[in-house]
Amino acid sequence: MVKKIFGQIYIWLILLVMYLPILVLIAFSFTKTIYIGQWTGFTFDLYVSLFEKKEIMIALGNTLIIAISSAIISTVLGAMGAIGAFYMKNKWRKTLDTMTQIPIVNAEIVMALSLLVLIVFIDSLFFHGQGSLKGFWTLLLGHVVLSLPFVYTSVKPKLQQMDPYLYEAALDLGCTPRKALFKILIPEILPGILSGFLLAITLSLDDFIITAFLTGPGLFSDGDISTLSTYIQSVIKKRPVPPELRALTTIISIIVILAVIGISIYQNHQNKNARKRLKIRKI
Amino acid sequence: MKSIKRQRKLQYFSFKRKYLGIPYGIFLFLFIIIPIFLIIFYAFTDGDGNFTFDALVGFFTTWTKINVLFVSVFVALQTTIICLLIGYPLAYFLADKKVNKNAVLVTLFIAPMWINFVLRTGATRDLLTWIGINGGDYPHLATLIGMVYNYLPFVILPLYTTMLKLDQSQIEAASDLGANHFQVFFKSILPQSYPGIISAVMMTFMPTMSSYVISDVLSEGKITLFGNYIYLNFSLNAWNDGSFMALIMLAIVGISMFLTRKSEKKAAKGSSIW
Repeated sequence: MVKKIFGQIYIWLILLVMYLPILVLIAFSFTKTIYIGQWTGFTFDLYVSLFEKKEIMIALGNTLIIAISSAIISTVLGAMGAIGAFYMKNKWRKTLDTMTQIPIVNAEIVMALSLLVLIVFIDSLFFHGQGSLKGFWTLLLGHVVLSLPFVYTSVKPKLQQMDPYLYEAALDLGCTPRKALFKILIPEILPGILSGFLLAITLSLDDFIITAFLTGPGLFSDGDISTLSTYIQSVIKKRPVPPELRALTTIISIIVILAVIGISIYQNHQNKNARKRLKIRKI
Repeated sequence: MKSIKRQRKLQYFSFKRKYLGIPYGIFLFLFIIIPIFLIIFYAFTDGDGNFTFDALVGFFTTWTKINVLFVSVFVALQTTIICLLIGYPLAYFLADKKVNKNAVLVTLFIAPMWINFVLRTGATRDLLTWIGINGGDYPHLATLIGMVYNYLPFVILPLYTTMLKLDQSQIEAASDLGANHFQVFFKSILPQSYPGIISAVMMTFMPTMSSYVISDVLSEGKITLFGNYIYLNFSLNAWNDGSFMALIMLAIVGISMFLTRKSEKKAAKGSSIW
């Protein structure tokens, strides 16, 4: 009993401390002060000026575009890689597995620098250091490299759990290999592909280092492409978090809370289904 | 007629599932393996591409660079230990059915990771400044708090998953056979959660050493970790020096990988006795 009370107090205390900085930002998003700690009257003004601030909106747009496009590319490439590796000879599969492990354990900044060095090297080799290759495409490449191994590792276990005879049965029943791939194999491993996609989006949204190293002029603009991370870093370096970003924190937090609620409902649903299945089996 | 033709055409190039992995392999080779070799190449050449040990000699003879290594290891060690001290009991309580019944709490501990981490770092800095721990006066303490804030979820998750698998009957047997609380913990619970601790350390130590934003924002640029130093070289376009620092980082990652593999093998051997 003592253990239960102590444990619960401990859990909730750490949870409170962990959320404290975000909670403070959210609380002060309803007042127009520059410094946190000074309450200057309740207002929703910051939520209006957030959407009027061009830089934040552009950064937000860039972040979403890069996150979604890089996640799509790395999901397709990573899922294909995982399927291919699963049916390769042992030697090749192990090579691919090891190559996948390298970026996962490697420090992100080393990966970013190594990609940058590659770009500089190509630049000096073919363009004599004249043309700047950095831009949207290098940024996209960096984000794909960042998330690709995680897609591979989340698809791989689903392939191992799959019933290997389903695909063979489809072939025996007259499917072409391509048709069997899309009708049998991919639907079987879809949960792994989806979780890989979500992981890729999360990683890309949160990334700072790769973006900072590989960003360059945008496709339609001359200035360096800024994402939410690089924009925020540039404004908070010497000053406190700008008031508009406090409003943005509230909005992001609400989305996250909704996601958490969604996940917990989904988990409960799954647990119930599992219990039902168990009951049926017992009967 | 048409379909027969098509089928014949297909026979020339028969589709095999393993071909799907080829683009992935080529991509990894081009953008993971070659860049790492380029890092090694740049670490041992000068600006004109001539072979030199300048970066190596410079690293071991310049006090500031050696200092970066020491400070990084020191901060990373402190962060890892504090995270483990907070996270271990937390994961234990979260996995204990008697204390915590809903899995939603675990999701709540990971949820902050979905809020942009630069924004979170700024929030932490502003809160710390408000309560008087500003980076200008307490750079080390502020950095440490920021690191723990950021890496605690990464410690909780692997520890929680190993705690769920704890063999409860072994723990009960230990206490039935007369072991006191400390003995049960040190002889049964701790050895069982060893894999979780290793992956928690891997998730914290390296990223702390190589982090840039947290130390830069929270210490107001007063604490230089490996990440900050590589970033500095990057902003100065000093590829050779930066590459050498990255190479050292790579070496540390490689050594720690080797050590964990070894200890995992040892653990596997140990368990096979039972």
